[in-house]
Amino acid sequence: MPEPLALYIHWPFCLAKCPYCDFNSHVRDVVPEARFAHALSRELAHEAARLGRRPLTSIFFGGGTPSLMAPDSVAALIEQATTLFDPVPDMEITLEANPTSVETGRLRGFREAGVNRVSLGIQALDGEALHRLGREHTAGEAIAALELARTLFPRISFDLIYARPGQAMAEWRAELDAALALVADHLSLYQLTIEPGTRYEALHRQGLIALPDEDDAAALYCETATVAARHGLLGYEISNYARPGAESRHNLAYWRYQDYAGIGPGAHGRLTLDGRLHATRRHRAPEPWAERVERMGSGQTSETPLEPGERAREMLLMGLRLAEGIPAARFAARTGIALADAIDGDVLGDAIEAGYVAWHGDCLAATSEGRLRLDALLAALVL
Amino acid sequence: MTDTPLSLIRNFSIIAHIDHGKSTLADRLIQTCGGLTEREMTNQVLDNMDIERERGITIKAQTVRLSYPAKDGKTYVLNLMDTPGHVDFAYEVSRSLAACEGSLLVVDASQGVEAQTLANVYQAIDAHHEIVPVLNKIDLPAAEPEQVRQQIEEVVGIPADDAIEISAKTGLNIIGVLEALVTRLPPPVGDADAPLQALLVDSWYDAYLGVIILVRVKNGRLKRHSKIRMMSNGATHTVEQVGVFSPAMRPLDDLGPGEIGYINAAIKTVADCNIGDTITDDRRPASQALPGFKASIPVVWCGLFPIDADDFEKLRESLGKLRLNDASFHFEAETSAALGFGYRCGFLGLLHLEIIQERLTREFNLDLIATAPSVVYRIHRTNGTEEELHNPADMPDGSLIESIEEPWIRATIMVPDEYLGPVLTLCNDRRGRQVDLTYVGTRAMAVYRLPLNEVVFDFYDRLKSVSRGYASFDYAMDGYEESDLVRISILVNLEPVDALSFIAHRSAAETRGRSICGKLKDLIPRQLFKIAIQAAIGGRVIARETIGALSKDVTAKCYGGDISRKRKLLDKQKEGKKRMRQFGKVEIPQTAFLAALKMDA
Ligand SMILES: Nc1nc2c(ncn2[C@@H]2O[C@H](COP(=O)(O)OP(=O)(O)OP(=O)(O)O)[C@@H](O)[C@H]2O)c(=O)[nH]1
Ligand SMILES: C[S@@+](CC[C@H](N)C(=O)[O-])C[C@H]1O[C@@H](n2cnc3c(N)ncnc32)[C@H](O)[C@@H]1O
Ligand code: SF4
Ligand SMILES: [Mg+2]
Repeated sequence: MPEPLALYIHWPFCLAKCPYCDFNSHVRDVVPEARFAHALSRELAHEAARLGRRPLTSIFFGGGTPSLMAPDSVAALIEQATTLFDPVPDMEITLEANPTSVETGRLRGFREAGVNRVSLGIQALDGEALHRLGREHTAGEAIAALELARTLFPRISFDLIYARPGQAMAEWRAELDAALALVADHLSLYQLTIEPGTRYEALHRQGLIALPDEDDAAALYCETATVAARHGLLGYEISNYARPGAESRHNLAYWRYQDYAGIGPGAHGRLTLDGRLHATRRHRAPEPWAERVERMGSGQTSETPLEPGERAREMLLMGLRLAEGIPAARFAARTGIALADAIDGDVLGDAIEAGYVAWHGDCLAATSEGRLRLDALLAALVL
Repeated sequence: MTDTPLSLIRNFSIIAHIDHGKSTLADRLIQTCGGLTEREMTNQVLDNMDIERERGITIKAQTVRLSYPAKDGKTYVLNLMDTPGHVDFAYEVSRSLAACEGSLLVVDASQGVEAQTLANVYQAIDAHHEIVPVLNKIDLPAAEPEQVRQQIEEVVGIPADDAIEISAKTGLNIIGVLEALVTRLPPPVGDADAPLQALLVDSWYDAYLGVIILVRVKNGRLKRHSKIRMMSNGATHTVEQVGVFSPAMRPLDDLGPGEIGYINAAIKTVADCNIGDTITDDRRPASQALPGFKASIPVVWCGLFPIDADDFEKLRESLGKLRLNDASFHFEAETSAALGFGYRCGFLGLLHLEIIQERLTREFNLDLIATAPSVVYRIHRTNGTEEELHNPADMPDGSLIESIEEPWIRATIMVPDEYLGPVLTLCNDRRGRQVDLTYVGTRAMAVYRLPLNEVVFDFYDRLKSVSRGYASFDYAMDGYEESDLVRISILVNLEPVDALSFIAHRSAAETRGRSICGKLKDLIPRQLFKIAIQAAIGGRVIARETIGALSKDVTAKCYGGDISRKRKLLDKQKEGKKRMRQFGKVEIPQTAFLAALKMDA
């Protein structure tokens, strides 16, 4: 049976660049909607032609801000993907939406286009905080978008950024409680990260942005998991919380290290081609990407076969983010290396003793204590 | 050029306490004599090593040949040697002095006579130099030339009424200095027709030319293409190039008596290049060698280990090349349980150690771990044998030791009297014994005997801090004494780290052990697992600290597009780890090894 596939589609435009954001997102006076919708469609066709018919498990419109797309364009891409591939029953189709009033107005259109899950970039429920995050929406607009989304979509999720400059534990707890009362079945709760090249980084370097220290950040993280769990949302990934069964299937495909195709500027893919897993990458800058697609049908710039060792490291660094961990059998099948041979046995022993990792039957999983220190754990554990 | 009559040559060193302005004066002399164009001129132009420029200090003595048309209408050849001021580089000074007949003694007129002023001037007197005192920095409002003049007479004991007042910075009265050189210093003596005798003053390694040798010709002529012989070992070489520094290298046909210059003779090995050796003509050798130099004796030793074990060969080669540049440091192979193969290296002091370590890192691209510095102890075993101990890790079991002796120094400290109290307290805390205490005006001069062990790590830093930078310090070795010494081992997660073990007086062992554990707790970043640090004498733990596990270290967002980036990051981290030494799974940063040993107030 051909490898099942998850499909990512990137829309690289935003209304404004948020000062903390290092995603491949760009601001244009006038977004060349038609040109990019068309280019995405061409690239999708090109990719499908070489991948052949495969079961399609999910589609994800990410950004940038895909809620700036015309619902018709979204509809056309969904239609095309479901024709070129074999969608599984009840296929998850997610679209990231920013809760400005303009975009909220399009939600109904996205639903009609076939989107069955929205992920709203709310980021904060506090007006002052939203302003400082450089967001284009107010708290009121965010809640209105959420209320509407709830009536339209069977599944909704939203994102919040916490551990913001000056945000104390008590404030975050209150904000999180309020967020959880808004009944979503899925939340992404990210601690603010200072990314290289962003305006926040410059401010941080000048000492104008203070992040919580390591211990406070750890406490915030643990409290977040506790509060979410009280509301029935379990942390199934480092920053993702869901009612059991409501996990993001598309993102799970990444963390479980399954095949995914990436369409659009800067999109990455992991694709089994001729029985070998490849890493694919597309031109990052929007216009040159489009130009390439128009010329050659695809904006792909590289396609590299991955060695067993590389596959093993990638699967470990993704899989240990998940509470469910990594099944040893699937690991060996996917990477060609036995799980025990991909990690340092000594460190594993110590890490088990320290309560950082555990075996659940055939699955190696990082505990919540382990996930809290995953970067250091990986650096020590992975061979 | 090559047959300058002796009467028109003057050879001089510039000596002073650190920072009193030797190199700046050298700049002005070079400029005034037209050695460099305006564009070529930088500040402290002779300090050409990166480290020298960054730290603003001279490490290596430098030579320049100047040509000065004097007021008497004759043009003189002046060979200038700029020397370092820091006590660790006193050996550089002594060699320069042997190549000259006179010295400019530079004293900062706003600071007065300092410890190295004294130390250097006594060396110059021992070398029978004519000494011309120069009062520098008189452009500073704080300059007190009259008082300093008096100080020179009282403390140094040389006449100073005709000391020359200058500002090396503004160029004031540089001609006065040049005229004094011509009129007050004696010309060199020598016989051009006698067999060649040239003193091998210094050597260094040039990436293009190989080994360059600095010589002072005493008698005879040193000619290009001639065959020379090293009198210490009889090795012969053909001279490929002869020349002088102007300050750029300028080839000549030969060097006559009284001249200072360089030769390049395709010398490959350190063994063929002994500082202080006499070079003679192979066909017409001199019957007698010139008096050489006292060998420099390293007083501080530490182990240098490559972080990447594969770099051992490179370390060996690099040490060999550096040794050609700096005859005063020594090295011998060593192995360590924790660190593998490396070298035990001997230095003239802690700054010397730091500099060599930094040069190895920068000039040779080596990542190194330096172990705790140690002085040289003498161990008398119960079986009657005696040995020198350079490395605390080699200290035999207490039951095999009859007694241990440690080296002492005689330290001269000059300090304004308002800071004398804390300085004396510091000396007493370091087991010092006062030998003498005198005053010149408001400055005190304290002479102390101290165990070198107590001085090596951070005495100088502490002295500077308790005196707000006003105290100056010089020392000389002063014999060995028996002492109650113990070795303190440092254990990380119960594994001894031999590179951190050190020897201390029993009375200080616990305090020192606690201080080091505390330091390491601050210096070692929190890691994945918690870390136990202990100090122990034999099997007895005298101090302990625990470094808790890091509490959070995780990337918040990681999606499909991030996989490659994250993997590459992980690969890089693994690569970095491979290059990092692990001690019981703990990464100890390089800096911790030296920093841990520095004591706090
Ligand atoms: N105001 C003033 N500053 C001076 C004068 N001469 C030197 N300096 C400054 O004093 C500092 C030390 O000068 P250097 O020439 O490097 O001193 P040095 O004696 O060669 O130092 P070491 O080689 O490290 O012993 C520098 O910052 C100079 O700019 C002077 O005549 N007046
Ligand atoms: C692809 S991004 C942006 C989606 C959408 N354009 C938006 O801004 O709402 C997905 C999420 O990553 C999170 N994020 C982006 N930059 C971040 C940062 N520097 N630190 C923490 N979270 C960040 C935000 O919560 C954001 O909603
Ligand atoms: S955070 Fe979202 S809206 Fe803001 S710049 Fe990034 S992708 Fe665009
Ligand atoms: Mg200097």
